[in-house]
Amino acid sequence: MPDQLFLSQTDNRPMYLQVVEQIKLKIMAGDWPDGHALPSIRELAAATKVSVITIKRAYSELEQAGLIITRPGRGSLVAEGMGQDALRHQELHHHIVKLLEAADKLGIDNHTLQQQLAEALKQRQTPPASE
Amino acid sequence: MQNVIQLANINKHYGHFALDNINLTLPAGEIMGLVGVNGAGKSTTIRILMGLIEADSGSVEVLGHQLPDAQVAAKRQVGFASEDMRLYKHQDLKWHMDFVRGFYPEWDADYARMLLQKFRLNPTQAIKGFSHGQRVKASLLLLLARRPRLLILDEPTTGLDPVARSEMLEELADILRDENRSVLFSSHNTHDVEQLSDSITFLHDGHILASQGIECFLDKWRNVRCTGQATAEALAELQPAHVRQNGSVWHIKMDNFQPSVLEAIKAQGLEVVDVMRMSLEEIFIATVKKDARYEH
Repeated sequence: MPDQLFLSQTDNRPMYLQVVEQIKLKIMAGDWPDGHALPSIRELAAATKVSVITIKRAYSELEQAGLIITRPGRGSLVAEGMGQDALRHQELHHHIVKLLEAADKLGIDNHTLQQQLAEALKQRQTPPASE
Repeated sequence: MQNVIQLANINKHYGHFALDNINLTLPAGEIMGLVGVNGAGKSTTIRILMGLIEADSGSVEVLGHQLPDAQVAAKRQVGFASEDMRLYKHQDLKWHMDFVRGFYPEWDADYARMLLQKFRLNPTQAIKGFSHGQRVKASLLLLLARRPRLLILDEPTTGLDPVARSEMLEELADILRDENRSVLFSSHNTHDVEQLSDSITFLHDGHILASQGIECFLDKWRNVRCTGQATAEALAELQPAHVRQNGSVWHIKMDNFQPSVLEAIKAQGLEVVDVMRMSLEEIFIATVKKDARYEH
């Protein structure tokens, strides 16, 4: 089955960002491992039914973020060491930054934040098995 | 060849309507959406492109051929459909397919069969029994199976139900696979063109308001919602596209947005509540309203 992304018309983010998110999702899920060859821009555009320019923009964002590498004439690959795990940590880091921003906005100090986080971890019903 | 369509300084005057200095370029391999309200000049522009009417002045080049002189050569590789094109209602689709095939040696019979199935069309039913959606799909089949290098579609989605519209856009998306094929399609509805188009041209009252890559539109426009006390005169310094005020709530639409604008807004004594991206439809409406001629 050719690679295809699922985009939403009601998602109010621009299309290229949705494409970026969907590709990150594929990398995180392990569908596209390190060194995996991405579909060509035209192929993915046709399969996903968005313009070529949208996929181009998404690929260049992913390249700037170091997630993929594009070699002229040979297409794009998932960057080595940028597979599943690295991306999962990056994604979590993104949420932590958001959490810290929220705490700042609400005027909550580090100590209280740590306490609340510890409390939330304790209350979590089904802790996942430690890795 | 770089550009499949090149319109330069096109003028065409009618009694109550004029196309005013139209410049339009479509690079090979791209899809362009031509958006405008009814009566904006979309069909006139397309008819000039197809050599169906002659411009008063300006030059028309399609697939490297100068029109109207070399229109026969250009049209061999152009697939054109408009609302006022009719199929022979007493004949069936198979008859039409054989008919078109006779003129175009490039006819792709396998692709035509695949499209018949995909569009769920009965080739042996007389056209007069077809619904509007089936007729539009039949016309599209007759065009696509020729595998033309340039497709020019005037309002292809008008009057179609949501399912037929989606089927039509899916087939257009398939053209993206080939970097040597290009599409120009018009619509009064931004939703139909925005997903597939590389570039968008806004046409209004016979002239082009904007023509650029779709990402450029979406990047440059923002709706900034603010609260506080300010004067519209002071805000005019920011060169907003459109300002609306109700009590202490302000909506400022910017068509040249950059983050530094927010500082400038704050400097006017307003609190920025949020900064919203705009849909292409909102951008189209705001562009039409910003146009000076809209006032008259």
